[in-house]
Amino acid sequence: MSEATEMAVPSYLAHHFETLEKQQHAARLGMWVFLATEVLLFAALFAAYAVYRYLFHAEFAEASRGLQTWIGLVNTIVLVTSSFTVAMGLDRSARGHGKGTRALFGVSVLLALVFLVFKYVEYSHHFETGELPGRFYRGEIPGPGPRLFFTLYFMITGLHGIHVVIGMTILAVIGLRAGAGRYTPEYNVPVELAGLYWHLVDLIWIFVFPLIYLI
Amino acid sequence: MNPSLASDSGYNPRNYLNLPATGLRSWLTTLDHKRIGVMFLIGTSISFAVGGIFALLIRIELLTPGPTIMTAMTYNRMFTLHGIVMIFLFMIPAIPSGFGNFLLPIMLGAKDVAFPRLNLLSFYLYVAGAVVALYGMIYGGADTGWTFYTPYSTTTVTKVVPILLGAFIIGFSSILTGLNFIVTTHTMRAPGLTWSRLPLFVWSIYATSIIQILATPVLGMTLLLVAFEKAFGWGVFDPARGGDPVLFQHFFWFYSHPAVYIMILPAMAVISEVVCAFAHKNIFGYKAVAYSSLGIAFVGFFTWGHHLFTSGQSAMTGGIFGVLSMLVGIFTAIKVFNWTATLYKGSIAFRTPFAYFVGFLFFLVFGGMTGIALATVSLDIHWQDTYFVVAHFHFIMVGATVMAFLAALHYWLPKITGRMYPEGWGLVAAVMIVLGFNFTFIPQFLLGNSGMPRRYYAYPERFWPLNVASTAGASVLAIGLLVVLIYTLAALKWGPVAGANPWRSRGFEWDTPSPPPPENYDVTPVYTHGPHEYDEPTPELPPAGAVEPKHV
Amino acid sequence: MNELFRRLLFLPEQASEYARDVDALHFTVISITMIGATGVFLAALFFFLKYKRRSDDDVTPRVEPSTLHEAIFVGGPLVLFLALFAVGFPQYMRLSTPPEDSMDVYVQGKQWMWKFAYPGGPSSIDALRVPAGRPVRLLITSRDVIHSFFVPALRVKQDALPGRYTQTWFKADRPGRYEIFCAEYCGLSHSAMLGELVVMPQADFDAWITQQRRGLASAQDAAPVPGERITPASSIVEEGRRAAAEQGCLKCHSVDGTRHIGPTWTDLYLREEKLANGKTVVADEAYLTKSMMDPAADIVAGFQNVMPSYQGKIPSPEVAAIVEYIKSLRTTAVAAGPSEGPVYESVPRK
Repeated sequence: MSEATEMAVPSYLAHHFETLEKQQHAARLGMWVFLATEVLLFAALFAAYAVYRYLFHAEFAEASRGLQTWIGLVNTIVLVTSSFTVAMGLDRSARGHGKGTRALFGVSVLLALVFLVFKYVEYSHHFETGELPGRFYRGEIPGPGPRLFFTLYFMITGLHGIHVVIGMTILAVIGLRAGAGRYTPEYNVPVELAGLYWHLVDLIWIFVFPLIYLI
Repeated sequence: MNPSLASDSGYNPRNYLNLPATGLRSWLTTLDHKRIGVMFLIGTSISFAVGGIFALLIRIELLTPGPTIMTAMTYNRMFTLHGIVMIFLFMIPAIPSGFGNFLLPIMLGAKDVAFPRLNLLSFYLYVAGAVVALYGMIYGGADTGWTFYTPYSTTTVTKVVPILLGAFIIGFSSILTGLNFIVTTHTMRAPGLTWSRLPLFVWSIYATSIIQILATPVLGMTLLLVAFEKAFGWGVFDPARGGDPVLFQHFFWFYSHPAVYIMILPAMAVISEVVCAFAHKNIFGYKAVAYSSLGIAFVGFFTWGHHLFTSGQSAMTGGIFGVLSMLVGIFTAIKVFNWTATLYKGSIAFRTPFAYFVGFLFFLVFGGMTGIALATVSLDIHWQDTYFVVAHFHFIMVGATVMAFLAALHYWLPKITGRMYPEGWGLVAAVMIVLGFNFTFIPQFLLGNSGMPRRYYAYPERFWPLNVASTAGASVLAIGLLVVLIYTLAALKWGPVAGANPWRSRGFEWDTPSPPPPENYDVTPVYTHGPHEYDEPTPELPPAGAVEPKHV
Repeated sequence: MNELFRRLLFLPEQASEYARDVDALHFTVISITMIGATGVFLAALFFFLKYKRRSDDDVTPRVEPSTLHEAIFVGGPLVLFLALFAVGFPQYMRLSTPPEDSMDVYVQGKQWMWKFAYPGGPSSIDALRVPAGRPVRLLITSRDVIHSFFVPALRVKQDALPGRYTQTWFKADRPGRYEIFCAEYCGLSHSAMLGELVVMPQADFDAWITQQRRGLASAQDAAPVPGERITPASSIVEEGRRAAAEQGCLKCHSVDGTRHIGPTWTDLYLREEKLANGKTVVADEAYLTKSMMDPAADIVAGFQNVMPSYQGKIPSPEVAAIVEYIKSLRTTAVAAGPSEGPVYESVPRK
């Protein structure tokens, strides 16, 4: 991430690269490798979820039914739309319309905020009904299943939420820089990488939604 | 040959140690991979000393069957800290982040790693993690063993959380280094340096990096879940809350078994260079050695279950993990055979790094063979959690990896500092260390056979004689390491100037002056062949008539 | 030969046929691997001496491996390692499948002691008494953290996990006393969590267990050690009855053979039950334990899936006790069932 700022200096080319092309290749590859580690970070949680879902099948199903599916659905639509606007923003940037990029990234950031507002509604509902992780669980479903469910629910959605906040920040910074004309059609790797990160955040949600809300 | 080949043999005055500045500030804010590598080497060496002192205290405690110098509580903390410091603070970062950082870009003919800022961040994450863990150690310590098995780790009263967080932070340091090396290897190679000409050091470090980026996040998440469970009662692994403690073991070993290869692959990287340089011989079977690194990295991900043979997993699962563990042995065997075959018709100079290669080979071959015995599942049932396992992994991780670390230290000291260590003392210390290791750990194999479980504070008297032998060996080992420390520090100031290539090695890193200039090479090198090709005389040497040709 | 190797490798005595078989494999594997390792290392040493450097300017020939070399380097170890595995795996299978006629003993690890409970009543602390020449199946669990039950003389080890049962078995072939260790680090007194395996002639064992049932242990070799070791509980069957009542099991399961919400417990043990999915199952310990943890998995035909899971709600010792209680409800067993009070005995540590 910190490379993005380094590469944004007017001459773009860092001292240790011979060509800009090589440098951009390195930045892209670095981002993809980073995304791989991100996926594995979530993979650990998904694996734990799968194991406990198998062990406490009925209780997990019941706890999952207690979630408000419509919020999950709306959030899915919100995130997919924001991914779409990010992709359009990248397209503008590739054509040299920095201001267009700024506007579209701005829309994405707003959509991310909508996502977080819904998340807040959802979380506050859980706090009211006592659907909390581990020893804090005060819900109605007996047995250890729902406690584990809500531990994993909060871990997964919480970690994803942190990623949304990080992604929003990146989009905002890169969007403003694009609006200030810092990138050219020849050099817009930071825009591309910010978009890539946001797509990953979206993609993880695409897995979270059916896994937690639907099954 | 390389156009930038250094012909002078003096001390390079235009080097990374005094450019761009020499102050502490210029070091702490440096983006130069060489300086970052040196800082990692200093940090990991200090950790090694600290972990070693813990080890000595453990050995002294075990000198008698009952209490010797400490209470059971202190002892339990001591072996926990020994494991954590040695593994997370020394073994995992020492060779990749230390020597790897220094050498990888030089071997690639690059000016730096792809992301110098991430590299510096990686170093500071290492420091931050070490500080957080140190806080936990000073204010309470942990008594869980470095494996943090639940539910013990979530119910003990000791300060487990800061140590877990420390390991978590160091994990990110490891990920960033791995990411940097992968991208650097892919994108920063000098003109003409194709994949099939890469030094074998680079291949092994590349394989290590893959493990680092794929396995470390899982460990990070697992440690975080344990920390949450301990701090907030969000039980995920706690059986009292329906959790499954064996799931923790699966998660933990999914990282920690590949982590063993994070420790041994860089050692193999070093050895592949040292054996060529001191036998003056091209590697026998370049492709086999290079690809077996990737093979180890790949298969290493699927062997974690061999840590759970006695945990009640099904016999079928045990069998599958047993077979896969055997496969890892095959890749290691390929390397051992190829290194040995490299010596054939070589021109062997028995200098200190080569002495450590001999030690490495001994520990890897014998330690590896005990690994094969352990993968024979029914034998493992008896050995699991006994001193046999302790001795086995110390043979591999300490024996082999520390031998490689010391080989690397002696081999590259002239490149890093521009100065030579004293050869006589070097050989004396090497002999002491190799013998000391054997006297420390061979008795432990026998202790394991006779049934002494690990992590025992007190033990029945029949284990006494072997424990005394082990402690005696440890003291020889400690003195040997102390000798190395003393003469290395002395060599920094008084060591004779080494020149660009004191070994007449044809590893790429010797083509640049010692210590290297800040940009690594005065002229960007262009490569027309691979490293370590000794089948033609060196250019600046006398005409071919003076040398007896030995062509086959 | 066996004895020579055993002493050379510092192995403890072999208290069972399995231990002898494991050791035989051990000696083979160690011999092969050490000979192999020595061979490789000697080859390297030979090269060190033969190809010493004569001058700094030596030129060495370029030697590349042929396909044959590669094949040998890969194939040799592959065949050897897989062969070793193929020999070792059946032994592992043997240890995972206890014989059907084995005697059951419940083992419970607890910081920092071992508790052994025998079917039909008696239990003991730190001393596992078994008859010689009879297979013994250990059903192992833990009350707190993970422990590991380890008898070096038997070459047997099995982790004790909280909240679930693991099993292993052995057949000690002659009377004697052997060490029991805890092999999984479990806290402060991990190294003091020692026990003793006492193998007795069958007749002595029968006499001992009868005496235990009669509550005559106080006249025996070991008086109870003072302190928290002795928990004033009734026998394991009694404890099972109490636990079953407390947990509400008896609201749905009758103990007199009448049909209720759930299947009756009378004569349930080892009964062949027809399941709702058409299969049949023998109601052994595993099935009974599983049915408490995951009742929905195997519903007996004609009953509704209404029972909640008791996973994590009943401490493992109570699960064991309930199983023992169910076992005691066999019509034959009810007649001969123990009615005496609890008996605990303990051996002093060395």
